[in-house]
Amino acid sequence: MNQIPSALSLGIRRGGLEIRQFARQRESVVFTLLFPVILLAIFGSVFKNTIAPGVTFSQYFLAGMIASGLVNTGFQALAITIPLERDFGALKRLRGTPMPASSYFIGKAILIFVSMVIQILLLLGFGILFFGVDLPTDISKWITFTWLVLLGSACSTALGIAFSIVPKSGRGASAVVSPIVIILQFFSGVFFVFTQLPSWMQQVAAIFPLKWLTQGMRSVFLPDSFASQEVAKSWETGRTVAILVVWLVIGVFFSVRKFKWDRD
Amino acid sequence: MSLIEVKGLKKSYGDVHAVRGVDLEIAQGEIFSLLGPNGAGKTTTVEILEGFRTRDSGTVSVLGFDPQTRGHQSREWRNRIGIVLQSSADAGDLTVVETIDHFSGYYSNPRNVDEVIHSVGLVEKEDALIRNLSGGQRRRLDVALGIIGNPELLFLDEPTTGFDPEARRSFWALIQSLRSGGTTILLTTHYLDEAEALADRVAVINHGVIIEVSTPGELGGRATSQATVAWRDGSEIKSERSDNPTELVAKLSSQFGGEVPELIVSRPSLEDIYLEMIGGTNESDS
Repeated sequence: MNQIPSALSLGIRRGGLEIRQFARQRESVVFTLLFPVILLAIFGSVFKNTIAPGVTFSQYFLAGMIASGLVNTGFQALAITIPLERDFGALKRLRGTPMPASSYFIGKAILIFVSMVIQILLLLGFGILFFGVDLPTDISKWITFTWLVLLGSACSTALGIAFSIVPKSGRGASAVVSPIVIILQFFSGVFFVFTQLPSWMQQVAAIFPLKWLTQGMRSVFLPDSFASQEVAKSWETGRTVAILVVWLVIGVFFSVRKFKWDRD
Repeated sequence: MSLIEVKGLKKSYGDVHAVRGVDLEIAQGEIFSLLGPNGAGKTTTVEILEGFRTRDSGTVSVLGFDPQTRGHQSREWRNRIGIVLQSSADAGDLTVVETIDHFSGYYSNPRNVDEVIHSVGLVEKEDALIRNLSGGQRRRLDVALGIIGNPELLFLDEPTTGFDPEARRSFWALIQSLRSGGTTILLTTHYLDEAEALADRVAVINHGVIIEVSTPGELGGRATSQATVAWRDGSEIKSERSDNPTELVAKLSSQFGGEVPELIVSRPSLEDIYLEMIGGTNESDS
C-alpha cells in the first residue's frame, strides 16, 4: 500500500493545474495581465506632470499599479472565481477526494504568485520603454521589492480565499468584490497622489493593506528624497510589514476556519 | 461483514426533521439502492455517510470510520471511497485525460488512467475539452473521477439523470462491471427500473425513516402478491387478479382451444409497489 501524497506535493500539482486552466481562459488572461498595463498607458499619457523634483506622475502611478496588481490578481480574482467554482460543484467534488484543503490553497497561491510576476514584468517593461521609469540600482531596494511582492501576494491570496465566503453566488460575486477594490484604489493613492486626498480618506485607507503596498512600492521606485513627501514623512517600512502580517493572519484564519466547499 | 452501519441516525434543520432515526446495514460487494421521494431524507442521509454533513445523533460507521471525523484520518478514509455527486459542471478548460490524470494523483493506489477512460467509454473523447462534452459524456467523466482512486465503496447519486435509453443501458453495464470487480455501491436514483436492474437490495425511505429494506423482487410483498392475467375476449380486454395465475391460464387455454388471444400475466412493477408504499403523500418538495 502506497502512502497518500503529501499536502505540499498535491499543492504543487494543483498549482500547475490552476496555471494551465488560467492560461486557457484567454479573456481572463488578457483582462488580468494586460488591464494594468492599459491603465498605465492611459494615465501615463494623460498626466505628464512632475509631482516632485525628479518624480513624474507615471513613476508614482507605476508604483501604485504594481501594488494594486497584487490586490487585483489575488484578492479580487479569487473572491470572484472561488464562488463560481463553488456554484459549479467543483469544490464539493474536491472535498470528496483525499486532497486536503491546504493543497487547494497552495495551488491558488502558486497561481497568484506566477501571474503576479508576469504582470509586474509587463508593467516594468512598459514603464521603462514608454514612460522613462528608472529601475532602482540599490540592492536594498530590490530586497524591499522582493518581500513586498511575496508578503503582498500571500496576504492578497489569503484574503481572497477568506472573502470568497461572502458572495452568496458566483454570479453576484463580481458586484460585491469589484466596488470594494475600486474604492480602495481611489482611497489608497493609486489613481491620485495620496497626500492630496482628504485626511478622512487617508485614515480609512490606512486600515487596509493596499495603502501600505502602494507606499512600499513607492519606497522602491521613487527616490528616497520623496519619503519626506509622504504623510508620515517617511516610508514607514516597519509599520508596513506589521500591517501586512496582521492581514495575512486574518486571511489565513478565516480561510482555514470558514472556507465553504458547498453552496449551503 | 458490513461496510456501512447506521443506527438511529437523526438530523434536523431547524424545525424540519429531515432524518428521524435511520438504521442501515450495507454489506461488502453489494449494490444497495436508496429510494425515496424528494424531501424524504435521502440526500441528507447519503451526505452524512459521505462526510459532507454532520449528524445530530445516532452512530455511523463507513468502512469502520466515522465520516464526520476530520484531519489526516479523514484523508486516509477518503482515499478508500469514491463519490459521484448529482451535478458538477467545472469550468471545463481541461481535457478529459488531463482531469482524470490529475485526480489520480490524489490517491495512494489509483487505477490506471487509460483503463478508466476505456471503462467509461470516453476513449474517443480523451483529448476533448470538458466544456465540449455532451451531458452524458460529462456524467461518464464524473464516474471516471469517482472510480479513479480504486475505491472500496462508491457513492452514486442519480447517475443517469438526463441519459438517453441507450446510454443508460451501457452505463448500467459499467456499474455491474464495477460490482464484479468487488466495489460496493450505494446508489440513489429516481428511476425504479434502474434500481431493479442494478440493486441487490433496496431501501425505501420516507418522512425521514426507512420503511422497508428488501430485494427489488420482494419489496412490499411483491413476489407473493396477486398476479394479473389479461386477455382478449372478442372485442373486449378482460383481466382478473389471481393467486394461482397458472391455473387460470390453463383454464383459459382449454376454453379458447389452445392460444389465449393477447395473453399477459403480470405482477406489480417495482414502481407500483414503491408508489403504494410512499402513499403518494410526498408531492411537496423540501
